[in-house]
Amino acid sequence: MKISKIAELLDAEVCCCPDLLDTEVHSGCGCDMMSDVLAFVKDRAVLLTGLANPQVIRTAEMMDIVCIVMVRGKAPTSSMIELAEDRGIPILATKMRMFSACGTLYNAGLLQEGGH
Amino acid sequence: MDALELKYVVERDNFAQAGEASGALKKTLKSLGFPPDLVRRVAIAMYEAEINMVIHAYGGEITATVTPEKIQVVFADVGPGIPDIELAMTAGYSTATADVRDLGFGAGMGLPNMKKYADDLDVQSTIGVGTTVTMTFLTQNG
Repeated sequence: MKISKIAELLDAEVCCCPDLLDTEVHSGCGCDMMSDVLAFVKDRAVLLTGLANPQVIRTAEMMDIVCIVMVRGKAPTSSMIELAEDRGIPILATKMRMFSACGTLYNAGLLQEGGH
Repeated sequence: MDALELKYVVERDNFAQAGEASGALKKTLKSLGFPPDLVRRVAIAMYEAEINMVIHAYGGEITATVTPEKIQVVFADVGPGIPDIELAMTAGYSTATADVRDLGFGAGMGLPNMKKYADDLDVQSTIGVGTTVTMTFLTQNG
């Protein structure tokens, strides 16, 4: 699934890296605890989170996560956007809550492409 | 290739900067042509240790030694030390404050994650002095 499709499904705003929306995402992870995200390697994942600090971007960088979705109407801080632009990781922002956002992507077949 | 030694300084209480060293080493290893899976293992384990240096200790120094056979990363912090290392290695055990949890850390997965991703992990600690964590990653050339 392309990042652009995720943005469309979640009715999300693209906060940075609009040139990278054609990137393919193979799996997903919804989590607010970064250490839990770091415990399981995913393949080209999208990270859905309600956490808004630069360590979300750093976590994504270490894990080779290809896209971040901020749920519950959270907005990325300017330092998050700066870091994400530099690392080439698009941030999307949706008003949907975590459960609905994850469910929507799952229903659209995201986790059937190689995730768990 | 001779051994390549890289040093990074981790500043006390600088949460926003935590991860800078891990990202820098990740980039270097990638450019040296190490396999992506290995590079990712090093980056994740190192990032956990870097975060620990900021949230539990008062900063410190990281030394990475890279050879074709192995990558060794040593984290030497100045800090309170770990009273019970075995307990600290238990998944889910954390002494992090509520403030740290609000930042997305303190799930008690730091040391377990380091152990999971490194081929060898050694933790030495002296109460009131600091902790030294040594991680070794074997490359496929070893």
